[in-house]
Order: sequence, then structure tokens, then C-alpha cells
Amino acid sequence: MKEIILIKNGELVLKGLNRNTFESMLVKTIRRRLHDLGKVSIKHAQSTIYIEPVDDDFDFEEACDRVKKIFGIAAFSRCAALNKDMDEILSVVADYVRPALSNAKTFKVIAKRSDKAFPLGSPEISREVGGKILSAMPYLKVDVHNPDIIVSVEIRDYAAYIHAGQIQGAGGLPVGTGGKATVLISGGIDSPVAAYRMAKRGLILNAVHFASPPYTGPLAEKKVKTLLSKVAAYSGDIRLAIVPFTEIQEAIADNCKEEYFTLIMRRMMMRIAERLAISSGSKALITGESLGQVASQTLPALAVTDIVTKEIPVLRPLIGMDKEEIISISRKIDAFETSILPYEDCCTVFTPKHPRTRPTIEDCEQVESVFDFEPLIEKAINDAVYSRITKDGEAN
Amino acid sequence: MRTVYLDNSATTMPCKEAVNKINRCLTENWGNPSSSYYLGIEAMEEVQWARKTIARHIGVNENEIFFTSCGSEANNLALFGTANAKKKTGKKIVSTTIEHPSVLEALNKLGEDGFEIVLLSPDKNGVVPDEAFINAIDKNTILVSVMLVNNEIGSIQNIKRVSEIIKQKGSPALLHCDAVQGFGKIPIRVSSLGVDLLSASGHKIHASKGIGFLYKSAKVHITPLIFGGGQENGLRSGTECVPLIAGMGAAVDALPDLKEQLSKWEELNAYAKVRLSEIECIKFNSPENAIPCILNISVDGYKSEPMLNALSSKNIFISKGSACSKGHRSYVLKEIGVNASLIDSALRISFSRETTKEDIDSLAEAIREITSKMRRFK
Repeated sequence: MKEIILIKNGELVLKGLNRNTFESMLVKTIRRRLHDLGKVSIKHAQSTIYIEPVDDDFDFEEACDRVKKIFGIAAFSRCAALNKDMDEILSVVADYVRPALSNAKTFKVIAKRSDKAFPLGSPEISREVGGKILSAMPYLKVDVHNPDIIVSVEIRDYAAYIHAGQIQGAGGLPVGTGGKATVLISGGIDSPVAAYRMAKRGLILNAVHFASPPYTGPLAEKKVKTLLSKVAAYSGDIRLAIVPFTEIQEAIADNCKEEYFTLIMRRMMMRIAERLAISSGSKALITGESLGQVASQTLPALAVTDIVTKEIPVLRPLIGMDKEEIISISRKIDAFETSILPYEDCCTVFTPKHPRTRPTIEDCEQVESVFDFEPLIEKAINDAVYSRITKDGEAN
Repeated sequence: MRTVYLDNSATTMPCKEAVNKINRCLTENWGNPSSSYYLGIEAMEEVQWARKTIARHIGVNENEIFFTSCGSEANNLALFGTANAKKKTGKKIVSTTIEHPSVLEALNKLGEDGFEIVLLSPDKNGVVPDEAFINAIDKNTILVSVMLVNNEIGSIQNIKRVSEIIKQKGSPALLHCDAVQGFGKIPIRVSSLGVDLLSASGHKIHASKGIGFLYKSAKVHITPLIFGGGQENGLRSGTECVPLIAGMGAAVDALPDLKEQLSKWEELNAYAKVRLSEIECIKFNSPENAIPCILNISVDGYKSEPMLNALSSKNIFISKGSACSKGHRSYVLKEIGVNASLIDSALRISFSRETTKEDIDSLAEAIREITSKMRRFK
């Protein structure tokens, strides 16, 4: 018996006239994500995407796991694909749906017959299949109004398909339908979640990380790459720029008032990130800021960092979320355990004792004006080191 | 750039004697020591030679040495093996709050399994006072486990005194000593320490990782953790890891005279204290009685990790004074009363027999340079 994955169009998130573009992007993404698992046929017909293994050694379980992480799929079904033959259907159905029904008390069968040449009508198919299941699992009851599990039998053009219930997908929009954006990633809990949330809205991701060698070490960079690889399982590959930031931090410390250290540092980061973003075709920056979480994330602090980006918007998907909500997403995408690894990053190595929580834009501009940071900014951008992060880590 | 390795309490560079021996056991004497043909017998002889060498080093009979995969396994075998063998005699186990996690976590599990675990705190010098043992050890106590040398600060416990207290109190307790940081560094005569069980590890004394042993007095009985083919006299089944066992034997054989070595370390330790004292924000956390090859310091106001990273970029390797994660500050430094900000900036420097004054100079100069650079951020 062969298993396939069916993604019905009703389960895709649709966007009116863009539907065709979206669907073709989705099919491309599916193809890209599954290509290394063995030969597979991906067809788009009858308002349905069919993912059908060709090789016997195709890793179907892994394919299901990956499909769960593809944005743009709200739900999918894992089905037995059978010949359009009632005897074959009846011989397979009970065993195939048994695991799905193991915790259920009630069920019903829904049959759909788009191939009208099939000798039985939908009610007859339902009745026979239901009877077969009841005789195999006599403790079950049929409940047509509110069943625990719905067993579907579909007689379509290519074959007959049986499944018991849908699997929830990642939701969101197909990656790429929203363009590209650059996420500022630190190594904490928030920024990978912010990246995930924006990828879910159809964005391709680039990332910028600021490193402070020699005070931050290779383990901190490895941590950032691991975090991005968790996001990449959903978003697809991410291009990462690691920007050496120590000289700028030293210049800030030497020239600016201590209480402004973090704010000026963040303003420098936004300036650098915006330039890197624009040069790579990104149409927005993404940060993991959440209002009031730390001194640099108060409204006045956001205002003084926001104002330095001139050309593209800053997306802050976590701005209204509680830490608990952020952590639960972080756990869901398997980033949390990595995020809490205890490596210092460039933001935590040097922190002023009493950071400014109500800064004004004028104050910051005045504090910055005593030193020409431009040459250091340019140098940092020129010295950035690039790598490509896939779901398996750093690509060679 | 010259490499300065001052993290010898984490691990040591394998000595050439050990490496050669391991190599030979992998390429020539690679038989199974349980086999009766000559290839097996040669392997068995390697194991027996190592057993004898190590037994002689601590003054015990060779049939009292049981090889394990590491110091942690030896500790676990001692604790679980004793608890299981003596559970009908009593339920109380006495130890200290500054043991290695391989003891504390094992005791934690034994506590969950219904044993009464009593952990004694050290004084500010990192030594548990006699009175604490006198008050805690009783006739219901089946095991006392005390480390010889603390891995973070180097404080040395008076094991002999503990064994006397056990006798004075008429306690049936066995005495286990985790000697991982002391074995091969300070002279150990098991008979004068008065221990029944003693754990040690190979990679702290220039042998390989993956090898340790438990000394178990022939007079006492404990149960195994690993059952199988009955190797190591039934106490630790599993085909003997001949190369690493023989390598550990070779490393022990190559140990220098320990008294001479200790006086060299004392000189280095004193030199390091002088050199480091020149940097104003350095505080010493290791107590006076500590083993001279371990020196725990804090660079007040400079967090450990950026300091380690900066040192590592200069090819100087030491470790955090507390091998603990954020929010979980070193329990050892806390126990001896070091304040939180000093714990956050703690560093552990540990010497080997290869360590020189030049290494200390490089370290002191590097710390001075890094603090003068980082100072502006304070």
C-alpha cells in the first residue's frame, strides 16, 4: 500500500487574484524542501496538490514532518492511495485507520466520488466502509453529527484515497510571497521567534548578527547559527551577515555618556542593518523587541532607535506579546533550549549600570555628535562575514 | 602565537608515554584480554601491568583496582554500589555540599530512592569542620563520601580525620573519597587515608579521556552497576578498554616525584599570586590550604565569559571559576562565602607539570591588557 500527502486547495490560504502565484510558489517550496528525501512526484490537479513518493525508500515520515513546517498550508491529509476498486478499499481500510481511531469512541465515514464512473454511489461507499470498520473495531459507534474522527474515502481521477482526519499545517503564507526582509538576531529568545513570525507572513529572510570579538566567542556565533537553522526549517535558507562590532562599541564607550551606551549602540546597529538590508534587496527590518521588556524597549527608546532607519520599515512582530507567549512559540520551533545557552552576546558583554529609559531624540543626536562614527560603520559593513544557514546548519 | 594552557583541572595533554602505549594497544596488542590465545594474553598482560602500576602508586593490592570509563562512573559505582549493598544496615549517607556533580547528582537520586542524604557545609576555607562530621555520622550511616581536592577552588579535606571519626562513632559507614583532582598530584597512601573506596580519572593526569578507576578495599562488598561478562572481577562487566587502561598505567608510571612536583607548584602558585596581585582588581578565592596547582581568582567587575573569550583569542586557555550556567552561580564559591559579583567574574587557573613562569607572565600580562581595554565599559 502506498501513502501520499494530499493538500487540498480549500486548505490553502488564498488571496483572491494572487491565488495562482501563491500556489505555484507553494509547489516550488514543497519541491525544494522534499527533494533530498528520494524521488517524489508533486502534481497540482483538481484543486489539490498531490505529493506522491516514487521510490520505495522515500522517507515518508520525514516528508510529513517537513510539510508541517511549510508556510501556506493550513492543513493536509496523509492518505492511503488505492486502486479504484471497492474490494481493495475494504480490505485495507480497517487496518489503515486503526491507529487514528485508537483513542476514539465515535466516527463517521464521508465518501466523495468525483469519478462518476465508479460503480457505487457515495452513500453506498460510506455504508460499506463504515460496516467494515465497525466489524473490525466493534467497540466504536457511528455518530454522524459529532464524531471523534471522520474517515474520508475519495474516489478521484487518479486513484481512491482513504484518510482519517487532517493534520494541522504551519498556516501563514507561502515563503516568498511577501518579499524579503532582514532580521537582527542576537542569540536570545525573542529574535528567532520574530524571524519565524515574519517568515510565516511569506517573507524570505536575511539575518544580521553583531559580534564583539574578542569578548564574544565562537560559541556565541555557533549559537546564532543553530537558532537560525531552527527558523530555516520553516523559512527556507537564510543568508547571515556577522558584523564585527567591537570598535564601534569601544568608540561609544570612549566618547558617549555611559547611560546612553545601549541606546547609541542600538542606533548604530539599526543604521548598519538598514544598509545591509537595502543592499541585499530586503524591504524591511525585523527585530524581536517587545514593549517594556528591557530599558531599551520603552516607547521613548524605540523612538530614538526607530528614527535612524530612513528608507525601510522596522517590523516588530513581538511588540505586544508577553514573554510567556514568546517562549511558547520559541519552544514550538525548537529554539528555546538553544536560546537559553549561557553565552554572552555583544549586548550583554557591556551594559551600563543605569541605562536611560526616557531618552529624547535630541539628546541622542547630541551625544552622538561628538564623534564621527561613519568611518567605523563603513568598516564594520565592509568586514561583515557572510554565510548561508539551512535547516541543517551552516552550508559549506 | 604561543599556546598557554592553564586549564589542567579540566583536562591535561596526554603524555607521550600514554600516547605510545595507547597506540601500541590499538595496533599490536589489540586482542580481547579474555581470549586464551597469545593475542588475548598480551592484551591481558597490558591490563595487568596497568593495574599493578596504579595499585603500587596508591599502596594497595592490584585486585583492589577496578577500571571504569571515567571518574564519574567510579563515583556512581561507589555510591550506588554501597547504597545497594548496605541498604539493610541503614539509610543515612553523609557527604559535603561542595562535591562534584557526579557525586551530588547521584546522591540526589539516592535521596529520591529513600536514602537520607546529609550534606555538610565547608567553612570559608572550603574545608568541612570535624565537628560537622562528628555530629552527622552515626550508627545508621552506611556511607560517607568526601572529595579529596575540590575541583573549583582546590581546598583539601582531611580524609584521614573523617575515617577516624567513623571509627570513633562506631559507625558501619564505608568511606568513599572522590580523588579525581588529587590523584597523581598529591601523594596518596590508601592505608593512611583510611578509605574503603576511592575514585580517580585518567585524563587529569596526562592519560586519555574515557578511563578511570575505583579502588575498592578487598574487605568491603558493593554491588555492580553494569552486569555482563564478569570482567573486573564481576564489579564492572564489559570488555576491558585495553588501550586506555594501559595508557593510564603508562601515565601513572611517568608521574614525577609528587613531593617535588608539589613544591614546584607552590613556587609557581606564589609567583602567580605576586604577578596577579599587580592587577588591582584581582581577588583570590582559593583558600590558603588549597592544592597549589589550582588557583581560583576573580577579576572584580569583569565578567568571566568575555574575559575567557578575550584570553582565548590570545591563545591563553583557562576556565570559568564556576562551570555553571547563567542564573546558576557556582555553588562551591557560594558555599565559601564569595559574593555574587565576584562569582560572576571568577576564573580558575590550573597548572600541570609543564607549566612555567613564562605561562604565568603571559596570563598576567594578558589579563592586565584586557582589563585596561575593557575598563572603559565599566
